Amino acid sequence: MEHSKGKVVGVSGNMVTVEMDGDVLMNEVGYVLVEDRRLKSEVIRIRGSQAELQVFEMTRGIGIGDPVDFTGELLAVELGPGLLCQIYDGLQNPLPELAEEYGFFLQRGVYLDRLPNKEWDFTPAVKAGDTVTRADTLGTVPEGIFKHRIMVPFNLYEAYKVKSIAKAGTYGLRDRIAELEDSKGNTIPLSMVFDWPVKRAIDAYAERLRPSKPMVTKIRIIDTFFPVSMGGTYCIPGPFGAGKTVLQQVTSRNAEVDIVIIAACGERAGEVVETLREFPELIDPRTGKSLMERTVIICNTSSMPVAAREASVYTAVTIAEYYRQMSLNVLLLADSTSRWAQAMREMSGRLEEIPGEEAFPAYLESVIAAFYERAGIVRLKDGSVGSVTIGGTVSPAGGNFEEPVTQATLKVVGAFHGLSRERSEARKYPAIHPLESWSKYVGTYDQEKTEHARKLLFRGNEIAQMMKVVGEEGTSLEDYITYLKSDFLDSVYLQQDSFDPVDAAVSKERQSYVLDFLFKILFAKLDLPNKDEARSFFYQMRQKALDWNGTDQSSDTFQTIENEITGMLSEKQTGIEEEAQVLFQSSQGQNNA
Amino acid sequence: MRKIYSKIEAIAGNVIIVSATGVRYGELALVNSGHGNSLAEVIRLNADKVSLQVFTGARGVSTGDEVRFLGHPMRVSFSDNLLGRIFDGSGRPRDNGPELTENLIEIGGPSVNPARRIIPRNMIHTGIPMIDLFNSLVESQKLPIFSISGEPYNQLLARIAMQAEVDMIILGGCGLKYDDYLFFKDTLEEGGALSRTIFFVHTASDPIVECLLVPDISLAVAEKFALKGKRVLVLLTDMTNFADALKEISITMEQVPSNRGYPGDLYSQLAARYEKAVDFEGAGSITTLAVTTMPGDDVTHPVPDNTGYITEGQFYLRNGRIEPFGSLSRLKQLVNRNTRDDHRPLMDGMIKLYAAYLESMEKKSMGFRMSDWDQKLLKYGVIFEKEMMDLSVNIPIEEALDRGWQILEECFSPEETGLRSDLINRFWPQKQEVH
Ligand SMILES: Nc1ncnc2c1ncn2[C@@H]1O[C@H](COP(=O)(O)OP(=O)(O)OP(=O)(O)O)[C@@H](O)[C@H]1O
Ligand SMILES: [Mg+2]
Repeated sequence: MEHSKGKVVGVSGNMVTVEMDGDVLMNEVGYVLVEDRRLKSEVIRIRGSQAELQVFEMTRGIGIGDPVDFTGELLAVELGPGLLCQIYDGLQNPLPELAEEYGFFLQRGVYLDRLPNKEWDFTPAVKAGDTVTRADTLGTVPEGIFKHRIMVPFNLYEAYKVKSIAKAGTYGLRDRIAELEDSKGNTIPLSMVFDWPVKRAIDAYAERLRPSKPMVTKIRIIDTFFPVSMGGTYCIPGPFGAGKTVLQQVTSRNAEVDIVIIAACGERAGEVVETLREFPELIDPRTGKSLMERTVIICNTSSMPVAAREASVYTAVTIAEYYRQMSLNVLLLADSTSRWAQAMREMSGRLEEIPGEEAFPAYLESVIAAFYERAGIVRLKDGSVGSVTIGGTVSPAGGNFEEPVTQATLKVVGAFHGLSRERSEARKYPAIHPLESWSKYVGTYDQEKTEHARKLLFRGNEIAQMMKVVGEEGTSLEDYITYLKSDFLDSVYLQQDSFDPVDAAVSKERQSYVLDFLFKILFAKLDLPNKDEARSFFYQMRQKALDWNGTDQSSDTFQTIENEITGMLSEKQTGIEEEAQVLFQSSQGQNNA
Repeated sequence: MRKIYSKIEAIAGNVIIVSATGVRYGELALVNSGHGNSLAEVIRLNADKVSLQVFTGARGVSTGDEVRFLGHPMRVSFSDNLLGRIFDGSGRPRDNGPELTENLIEIGGPSVNPARRIIPRNMIHTGIPMIDLFNSLVESQKLPIFSISGEPYNQLLARIAMQAEVDMIILGGCGLKYDDYLFFKDTLEEGGALSRTIFFVHTASDPIVECLLVPDISLAVAEKFALKGKRVLVLLTDMTNFADALKEISITMEQVPSNRGYPGDLYSQLAARYEKAVDFEGAGSITTLAVTTMPGDDVTHPVPDNTGYITEGQFYLRNGRIEPFGSLSRLKQLVNRNTRDDHRPLMDGMIKLYAAYLESMEKKSMGFRMSDWDQKLLKYGVIFEKEMMDLSVNIPIEEALDRGWQILEECFSPEETGLRSDLINRFWPQKQEVH
């Protein structure tokens, strides 16, 4: 089929204006031909016979009259086995292969095969004569630890008859493995790969379900206080240096999901390098294989072309949705969604659209909402369940959450993990603010008890504020002890050492066990005659509890320290606080039952 | 021979518009006006209308001046002959040396493939305890110095340049005061470092557009030297002037500003420069230190704010000292495990105690009672500021560590320091016998 052609009539930054000779689609891909390079571009506005294209490469050297080839296709990713372990740029160009061929620097206008041309062991799941529809499984290939489903492409909307299907055996990625016949008798040959446009959500499932099962991150403050559900969404806004990236890095290692897609969007290249170099060496305790085998990295760092940055989050979420179709739980981590929003702002500025707040385009909110909407837990047509969970960092200007990107994001996400400068400067990591953050999801720990712990934190904070004014002298002993308890909970439970081999990842069982135990201290009536003794008691407790956090639960030391803490507590304990009685009764009841 | 155009159709700010054909985006042109020649760069093409940004400014340009397109983008000569030389923002000599035209390279080239980067691993020793001990500088790091005018940030830069063990130094001055430029020149000359230094200096009185070129030209040259195996230290001062130049240009171009007049792509513009810092496996490296003055001492101002989101930490220079709080080298953990066993715990321990000192100071200022412990902290804080934070202190890391232990011993008993007992046993200074 012939596609339209065009000629460049204007260049401004990374946007070119093209006079075209035929029809083009919105978001269609075109190539600008310059110095025998083909620069990939996307149509972002059409006016009469002219289209504006954002160029995914440096535009230097483009001149008036340069030819443009349109492709008739939307910006798409290639889906198929071999996506895992890959390190892509925002347009699904494999970076290690580029490096091998071109050395240190990125070359413009070079697009390598997006999937490795490997052979795969195919096992058919249908037979000739069967009827299939989009997303039905034609067969499977083992991809690392997963059974990768080879599916009917999602853009085939009819019911088809399987005309032929390959026998079990080894086939190349692009070999023909099936032929389908449509209602008009046309034959459609299929390989293991197909394209899907990145800006369209994959909707080949039976129904969307409500996110209800927690996605365990092994970060205590998240799992207990601000949980995220499988198929849910959450955001991590915070000023620079507050720990957004570190938080996502530990989550990408430890989260209990099948697959993690890391979208490094407009941030530092150096941070991606850490992941690139370390993941292949790190063993995933759940599978015994390297972490890389469950990971895809989409990396469009801050000095890479800004239009490709805008595309990168869509590339990432499309790959996430694709694996969801295989009944897997996928986590997409995007760092930072603000850079993506800024990429939109840059294009909007070049299009001379009427700007909204802080010059962001008026459609910012709806675009952010549509992106997070692509998360979800779904029942697939075969009855199995898969999910995409999305966590995005936000980098608000001046660290002030009252800015458009943070506000638009807060409207749509299910959990808010707000990082505070105050806590990060006090080295209280993870610096998630315990009083300002929130989650609409249900966590792994008993709701009622969580509420009690939360109240203690609020009360502790009130007392701390008051103490700043009236000093320790002006604070009652009772209040002072409440303050110490809340500080104790903060130090030994909310804070967590991401760089300690044991403390970095805490299973939900251990979280419950430890918190149940800490409750005995937090709601104990204590015989502490004065503030000095109270302080020294809690400091000792804290030291012990921190040691405890650093020891393996199955070790003898764990038990020894627990006994020591119990001993120290029983020396001072005189009872249980009245309002907490109920908590201990209910857990008693459970034990007896 | 390329065509000469002699009809300038519009002039606004530093941007002129001519009708021309066969022109390419990013190409250079020579504008020949009554005041001499100036380079100009194509920054927009719209049919046959070409917008050019004139490097020396459009002031004095007349509609009848000649414009000749050069057919190539901005370039700079690259060879060892650059060493010891001083140039302006467009690469013209500022000293009395000859113009260099050999081996021209393009500036603002493509970025490094992230897959080819390596994890940084070498510490750069500066002799400044607040850096070496508390926030180690790492080869290939990009780090700004957040400061305000009046602070000795250029002195600090010059000192680091003199003492850092690097092969060469490139100083990029953006809106540098002439005195400061002379200061750098004299200091490096006295220290015998001039022969391994290249200057690209835009002074406060030079045309604003040239300010924009300084980081690119400096980094393009740095990159070439790094690829040839040199460890290059790039000093940029002051990047706030660079950002202000961006602001000025974008306003003339009638771009919608995003935040306090700065263009929406400020982050990407700054990142494109800072991300040039790199360690080339098997070759050399670029380390970038950049002064960012904070207007109104406000770190949430768009320039320091965007910078903080890009760089790998920051040093706060305040009251002539590098502040222990706020200052952060995000790469320090990659190198401070290889110096001495006590480096990390001593660093953490001393900072915690200094934080406690500040709390005691606050209590004191509010009139609360000072306990024995507060008294000890007050003593510690004073010594710490004098012996560690004062910028005149100039000692190697080992000595700084030893001094750290001495300070602790002077002020506290071992268990009060919160340091592990195995370290105390190894490093706690033995009391001198008193006779
Ligand atoms: N959980 C943690 N434990 C210990 N240190 C941490 C932790 N989180 C962050 N840090 C420290 O803070 C520094 C900055 O963290 P990080 O890079 O995650 O910040 P960020 O919020 O992503 O900043 P930016 O917006 O600039 O990217 C880290 O280099 C590390 O020194
Ligand atoms: Mg980050």
